[in-house]
Amino acid sequence: MTDAAIAVAGLRKSFGNKTVLDGIDLDVRAGTVFSLLGPNGAGKTTTVNVLTTLVKADGGTARVAGHDVAADAKAVRAAIGVTGQFAAVDELLTGRENLQLMVDLSPLPAKGGKRIVAGLLERFELAESADKPASTYSGGMRRKLDLAMTLVGDPQIIFLDEPTTGLDPRSRRTMWSIVRELVAGGVTVFLTTQYLEEADQLADRVAVLDQGRLVAQGTPDELKRQIPGTHVRLRFTAAAELDAAARLFPDASRDDEALTLNVPGDGGTSSLRALLDRLDEHSLSAEGLSVHTPDLDDVFLALTGRTTEAVK
Amino acid sequence: MSKSHSTVMLRRNFKHIARNPITVFNAVLMPVVVMLMFVYMLGDAFSVGVDYVDYATPGVILLAVCYGLGAVATSVNADMTKGIINRFKVMDVSRGAVLTGHVVASVLTNAVAVAAVVGVAFALGFDPAAGPLDWLGVIGLVVLLAVSAGWFTVALGLAAKSPEAAGLASVPLVMLPFFSSAIVPAEKMGPGIRQFAEYQPFTPIIETMRGLLAGTPDTGDAITAVAWCVGIALVGYVWARSAFTKRA
Repeated sequence: MTDAAIAVAGLRKSFGNKTVLDGIDLDVRAGTVFSLLGPNGAGKTTTVNVLTTLVKADGGTARVAGHDVAADAKAVRAAIGVTGQFAAVDELLTGRENLQLMVDLSPLPAKGGKRIVAGLLERFELAESADKPASTYSGGMRRKLDLAMTLVGDPQIIFLDEPTTGLDPRSRRTMWSIVRELVAGGVTVFLTTQYLEEADQLADRVAVLDQGRLVAQGTPDELKRQIPGTHVRLRFTAAAELDAAARLFPDASRDDEALTLNVPGDGGTSSLRALLDRLDEHSLSAEGLSVHTPDLDDVFLALTGRTTEAVK
Repeated sequence: MSKSHSTVMLRRNFKHIARNPITVFNAVLMPVVVMLMFVYMLGDAFSVGVDYVDYATPGVILLAVCYGLGAVATSVNADMTKGIINRFKVMDVSRGAVLTGHVVASVLTNAVAVAAVVGVAFALGFDPAAGPLDWLGVIGLVVLLAVSAGWFTVALGLAAKSPEAAGLASVPLVMLPFFSSAIVPAEKMGPGIRQFAEYQPFTPIIETMRGLLAGTPDTGDAITAVAWCVGIALVGYVWARSAFTKRA
């Protein structure tokens, strides 16, 4: 592929006798969002560290922006921006000074620096707090400043290592819309996440990483086809009730031990009402009801037969 | 490139000092307190052959250098563990620029603390016989020690797992002067400690300074002192560079 922003083949890395990456193959097309999905300890950060020239791989090849990460690290660095797992901002400096530091360290001409800084502060809604030290910023603001710092110098490829871990839902939405804007501007984004929803929302392609191996790769839709979708879980008190209910919903799956029935459905109010009406018509009542949306655990269970807990 | 990376990094470290005056205050306060405690409160109880303030001042100068190191190790480690150093690496900032910034900041903090200690010493009746050349020698030795201890501490900070561990790793450096001839002559210590005090690096450094301040410098001590400083600096420098490259 000529328009590959990132091309990885057979990537391996061990620390001591612990294998962290066990032969990874990836291709990321320019101008798309690629998401590496996996639980803690799967090797996501190591992958990012290798691709961003911070760590040398033991084997395999990786090309980023057309340059080999091992042989031509300088050229790779000139093309990329990285936002690590922790907000790498200087807490003793203000938001403005943090951005100015990035301008001073980048090969940009000094002249336009102030304008770039002001523009980024505006774009990330940090203008109001620009002259306060970063130590006074909330988690969401730090993350935004961190990302703004990464964007100084307009990198073509941006690596985001768990950009929304630990953020509240509102800050997460803001982060997502920023990522979408970046891609609309032609940037390639490589992001790691523990959240299936995040990958689904943002990514053109998703790869699932498990103990240093890719266990699945494809579009979010392809991936979701392999896992149970959203369903309504009904819990009954007696096996007879479960039997009766199971006859009403032929495409549901049942768990005899837990006396539960999983009925596929989107969890919207009208489909829920229809489901409840159906139970009512047949004078059945469930002891409990919950709506279950698939998460990383379901992906893992479906793809590897294990839950994420067992990985640790 | 508009400015050299080293200048940018140095300016960052200066801003840290200016923004965090409590660190400097802390680095100054403790040595001054030690000075007051040993010289003003306990000084009459020590019999060392000379005025105690003249005996103790070189030791407390050294203590002042060492005491500031804990904060340096912690701040270097925070840069590492928070990913700021990774950010610099990806921006192709040279390790020389990043690390030298920390070392220079450390040396400057040391200089402030040493100046404060010398000031207090004079207030307590410090009366050195040193001539201008001797003073130059003292300043040279303090700077040499500060630079070598600075590099060693930067390496400790880079290698430590967390800022807390980095602070803890610097404790031996802070404690070592107490087990030297800083406060009392080594020959007055108990067996075991006495041999340790005689042969550890700080004793020749202190004795050299003592000689210079008394106007009677001892060449043998001076050579040993400089050799120790250069050795520590080299180990620190090599260790810091390799830790910087390896860790991500």
